[in-house]
Amino acid sequence: MPDIIILGPQADHPNLMDATRQIVTDGALCSITAGWQQREGEVQELQHHLDREVEDLHLYQRLDHALGLDPELADAHRTRQAGLRQRQRWYRRRLHHAMEAYLGLAAETGSSAALLAEQRSALNAIRALDRHHVRQIDAVHAVFNARWRPAHRPAMAEQRDAIVRRLDAAAAVLVAGGHVAALLSRLRLFGLESELREKRLIAWSAGAMALSERVVLFHDSPPQGPGHAEILDSGLGLLPRLLPLPHARERLRLHDPRRVALMARRFNPLQPVTLDAGSLIRVTGHKPVMAQGTARLTARGNLAGAPLA
Amino acid sequence: MSQLHPFLAAASAAPADAVDALIAAAEFPLIDNAGVTFVYRGAADAVRLRHWIYGLPTAESLEALGRHDLWFFRLDLPRGSRIEYKFEVVSGTNSHWIVDPLNDSVAEDPFGANSVCRAHGYTRPEWTLENPHARRGTIEQISIDSESLGASKEVHVYLPARFRRQRRYALLVAHDGSDYLRFSGLQQVLDNLIHRLEIPPMIVALSDPGERLVEYAANNNHARYIVKELYPALRQAFPLRDEPASRGLLGASFGAVAALHTAWRYPGFFNRLLLQSGSFAFTDIGTHNRGQIFDPVVDFVNRLRQQPGRPASKMFVSCGIYESLIYENRSLVPLLQSAGTEVRFEEARDGHNWENWRDRLRAGLSWLFPGPLWMVYE
Repeated sequence: MPDIIILGPQADHPNLMDATRQIVTDGALCSITAGWQQREGEVQELQHHLDREVEDLHLYQRLDHALGLDPELADAHRTRQAGLRQRQRWYRRRLHHAMEAYLGLAAETGSSAALLAEQRSALNAIRALDRHHVRQIDAVHAVFNARWRPAHRPAMAEQRDAIVRRLDAAAAVLVAGGHVAALLSRLRLFGLESELREKRLIAWSAGAMALSERVVLFHDSPPQGPGHAEILDSGLGLLPRLLPLPHARERLRLHDPRRVALMARRFNPLQPVTLDAGSLIRVTGHKPVMAQGTARLTARGNLAGAPLA
Repeated sequence: MSQLHPFLAAASAAPADAVDALIAAAEFPLIDNAGVTFVYRGAADAVRLRHWIYGLPTAESLEALGRHDLWFFRLDLPRGSRIEYKFEVVSGTNSHWIVDPLNDSVAEDPFGANSVCRAHGYTRPEWTLENPHARRGTIEQISIDSESLGASKEVHVYLPARFRRQRRYALLVAHDGSDYLRFSGLQQVLDNLIHRLEIPPMIVALSDPGERLVEYAANNNHARYIVKELYPALRQAFPLRDEPASRGLLGASFGAVAALHTAWRYPGFFNRLLLQSGSFAFTDIGTHNRGQIFDPVVDFVNRLRQQPGRPASKMFVSCGIYESLIYENRSLVPLLQSAGTEVRFEEARDGHNWENWRDRLRAGLSWLFPGPLWMVYE
């Protein structure tokens, strides 16, 4: 499997140029900017930074176009999305209680074996709920894909063919951040997992999340609500064991050992890794071989160096 | 008298030429864990603290220190408080209200400026400060010939950064929009909250009144103007989302009355209301004593209390604890909730002023219009 590089946010201190030079010397670059939604394809800044042409694949617009030609699929897609939102609400409702139970126990003083056992049990309840949610979401996708085979329907297949032609010609693919659900659903609907598996990839922020095994949404201090991280979906699974956390310094209380440890323990065996401006992790043969400006959240509640191979 | 503040103790013992240095080294007013000591320096027959804390005497006399023309007044002030004040300086038959010459911190409003006192525990929210990373929105202007108001109206419209015509946006209509811009930093707040993904990129119409105390006093013509004239004009000019949950009204003081009254007249049209320190005067019996301009307001709120209906599905109501209107605002909340409206109420240790309203915008806007914070990682 070709190399993958994941990066942090690119808005203020981009390191995309450095990353690109590491794995692509020449050849065409194409981009996936579906996470930018209505701004998809506005790659001028990207091209300026890279000082080379970038062809965008326009997944966001292509899906809109294809669904416009295939109202039956469009209806089914809407119904599926509504079902996913509903399941997310149910999960969130249960998660809230499970998290409050765990945090309440974690705040208790003492280190008796009985208390530690209760804390472990409360954490296991969260992990079980996470697994249950992933199974439910995976099942929704499986039923939808079996029934509709979206990438094979004529309007979608036409767009998919055009996408794949461009992917075939590209030396590497840039997967930009943005709205992670919008990005992931388009990658899925066009069935691009196997094509991307064969490409050199450079992904940042939500792009890195979409390539990982689990897409985890997180913010420790949102303006509303308690800020419990939640699983959205399975990702494409191209980044085994890594759980990318873009904007970690802004979004997470990394100085709070209890929250850091919870993140690490809850999602074990995935390794939560920070992706801030300047971060870079290079993955070769499914293993992280190089890491800059990133840290791993550990079960002891601290930040450690490079992710483990 | 309680123990003299160390600054005053030092000043009272110091020679005249040392007082300037003591003043230069201090920050005024003098804040400590339990409250604040106001200090004025100058020749006068009397000096009074003028503040707008409901429940305390409106004028508090400063005590002469006895030396160096120094005057002081000690006020217990709970943590987290933020108050605005002036000094009234009396010399003979002359009396002048001035901002505190020793305090650089002032808050402006349509009537001028007041000095600002921030007790321990109050910090200006960082999302109200300029963020160089936040992209700037722009302001456009549209004109509306209003039959309802019999006037031509110029309305400024905030468009978020990266505005795209092919995208549809939520709409907020802000009463006293220009004052929100000038005195509450609304544009910077919107830029920041959008940048932080805490609210979605949205369009904000900055509506200004003609004769404010008439137009905003539960005036049917105003309500008709907002719903039947302003909204259609905005919809024609800008790509707005269609559903009522993507339409909101914002207002403070009489502007909050205008917002609530508009929603009450046209229930469900604007399904999100942000009401700040609303002048929701009412009577349970007899007449009110707030002056004639409140007659239509009291009439409206009394009717609302009898038949609240469901003006909007979600309302965020805020009020300062130090305002005379706190009772009216507290009273409104259970009334609206009992009628099926989802209401959040926030109190602050602050007064009836634009910085109080600024400081509540994040909680209100992010609850009424949640942004894509959980989904977007750029």
